[in-house]
Amino acid sequence: MPLSPSFQEIKRSFFIALWFVFLTFPLMVVKIDPLDRVVHWRWENMVYVGLAGFIFSFPGRWLMRRQQLRQGKPSGAGSAGFMPSAFIRDTGIRKIIILAFFCLALCFPLIFSPYQTNIMTTALMYVVLGLGLNIVVGMAGLLDLGYVAFYAVGAYTYALLNYHFHWGFWAVLPIGGLIAAFFGILLGFPVLRLKGDYLAIVTLGFGEIVRLILENWGEFSQGPSGISNISRPGFFGIALSLDEAILYLYYLMIILVLVTVFFVNRLQNSRLGRAWIALREDETACQAMGIDKTKIKLTAFALGAFWAGIIGVIFAAKTTFINPASFTFLESAIILSIVVLGGMGSIAGVVLGAFILILLPEYLRFLAQYRMLAFGIILVLMMVFRPQGLIATNRRTYIFVKKTDAET
Amino acid sequence: MNEYILKINGLSVSFGGIRALDSLDLALRPGEIAALIGPNGAGKTTFFNCLTGLYAPSEGEIILFPEKDVEGVSLKGLKPHQITEKGLARTFQNIRLFAQMTVLENIMIGRHCRSRTSVLGALLRNAATRKEEQDIVEKSYAILERLGLALSVNELAGNLPYGAQRRLEIARALATEPLLLLLDEPAAGMNPQETMQLMEIIEEIAADGISILLIEHDMKLVMSLCQRIFVIDYGQKIAQGTPAQIRSNPDVIRAYLGE
Repeated sequence: MPLSPSFQEIKRSFFIALWFVFLTFPLMVVKIDPLDRVVHWRWENMVYVGLAGFIFSFPGRWLMRRQQLRQGKPSGAGSAGFMPSAFIRDTGIRKIIILAFFCLALCFPLIFSPYQTNIMTTALMYVVLGLGLNIVVGMAGLLDLGYVAFYAVGAYTYALLNYHFHWGFWAVLPIGGLIAAFFGILLGFPVLRLKGDYLAIVTLGFGEIVRLILENWGEFSQGPSGISNISRPGFFGIALSLDEAILYLYYLMIILVLVTVFFVNRLQNSRLGRAWIALREDETACQAMGIDKTKIKLTAFALGAFWAGIIGVIFAAKTTFINPASFTFLESAIILSIVVLGGMGSIAGVVLGAFILILLPEYLRFLAQYRMLAFGIILVLMMVFRPQGLIATNRRTYIFVKKTDAET
Repeated sequence: MNEYILKINGLSVSFGGIRALDSLDLALRPGEIAALIGPNGAGKTTFFNCLTGLYAPSEGEIILFPEKDVEGVSLKGLKPHQITEKGLARTFQNIRLFAQMTVLENIMIGRHCRSRTSVLGALLRNAATRKEEQDIVEKSYAILERLGLALSVNELAGNLPYGAQRRLEIARALATEPLLLLLDEPAAGMNPQETMQLMEIIEEIAADGISILLIEHDMKLVMSLCQRIFVIDYGQKIAQGTPAQIRSNPDVIRAYLGE
């Protein structure tokens, strides 16, 4: 960054400041007091916004330029860069980190209050949802904006079976997953030929259809008033207090996250996982290499939906009350953000992304009304400066081991 | 041994009012290197796309004769992946590698149709799966070594130099264990040295008994490598024969080679 910015630079910063003043005018300057029926004009805020915009535009532009320079480099910038992932690649250090996280996860409810544990359980649920969507979006490259539909299917499967037939949590858990997977295939068939934007719109529609059915088909789902008094997960027939139930669900989620990571990791490094990534990279070449596009697309939809269904069942059991309002497009958007922010196709990235996106708004509460603003700014900055996600996919380690196998 | 490995009778395809291929007849012998040449827009790549199932031909027959199979298998109406499974593999004119996958993984994709692991197998990773996976890696690595790409196994395919990417495309196609290999302008954009290397590779592949049909504009390569040449123009075959015959064919000279 030049020490004395040129006139051009100053002019550009001035316009940026002006633009920000304009954008934030109704928010920061005008304040209407509905009780006294007067409008307060807070002109000093305008000055602050202008000054901040002017000053911050310099380092902002400098960072942008640096980013562009880095992107201009011909090779390996995306895959090799960024210290932490290179650091994590060292297996010894990685083992220690994983062990530390594991201990922390086990001790968490003992250290923190049930309230905190509850939040953490929610974050863990989003980890699994993110990993499920990661199969569809991250690996197979099928942009699914209606993922929440499968989550809803799982939740309502448990809620309805529990309400009408008093089926228990453990019996419904796999059923919820399987029914969601079936819905995944149901959605998969009509969209087999679609790609990119078109696929996104159809899946978006699918998500809305499921929600609207649940909202309007009163006899089936009890409409917007929802289903209440859903049983919590059973624990060998022992009645649990509320705090114990929270603890139980927390450990249940820890186990489920471990199981999911284990299986998704296996899928990723299998014949099927490779086929998904090939599909994402180039559909035509993928077919020409002998991959049955139909089959692997449907498998991706079904497997992705399966995890959403499982989490749906857990969600219903956790809150003991569900209604269609929990399954809006915003949920799909959040889960998709987890995948994109964390790093498409990267398991560690998705886990990290889920924690950041779910816990951050929770712990940003001290910022009160600015917390969503801060959240938005973080997302925008991420996409500008690290579009490949927090932890970019790294498929090399596995290959390297395999390669030495092949050489010997 | 059959006389032919692939026989095409009266192959036609139309897009709207345009007849891109007009009742094309073509037959390839086992183990031969043949070329398909013609001016730009003559329908060469369309022909490849029809053979590999990316386009549906409106008329005609495509019959593949695997060894000892006198009846042959019709490839018409099959899906692209089924055709690859039957033994037809191809490369693309504009390189279509899986750029974000490593070189080895690209080849491993080629092994997809020759392996069986299902979802359940992948999840359980049982002995059969591990053995198959090992087999995939070893076979893929062997192909890489043969095509001189062994040093860049772990590199992302998109980061390879251009010539190596072309070779990787051939390697990927070979991994599907084809009977017939279709190469769409394999030497496009290569320098003379890379072209020489490519010619050696193609001859080696043919020596293994894999038939090759290639589209190419580099006449030196075509004339010195191929036993037979087919020339098409406006979707119709205008000549076929040995390089010497083609070089002196007045129709070909007028349409393509020039005076």
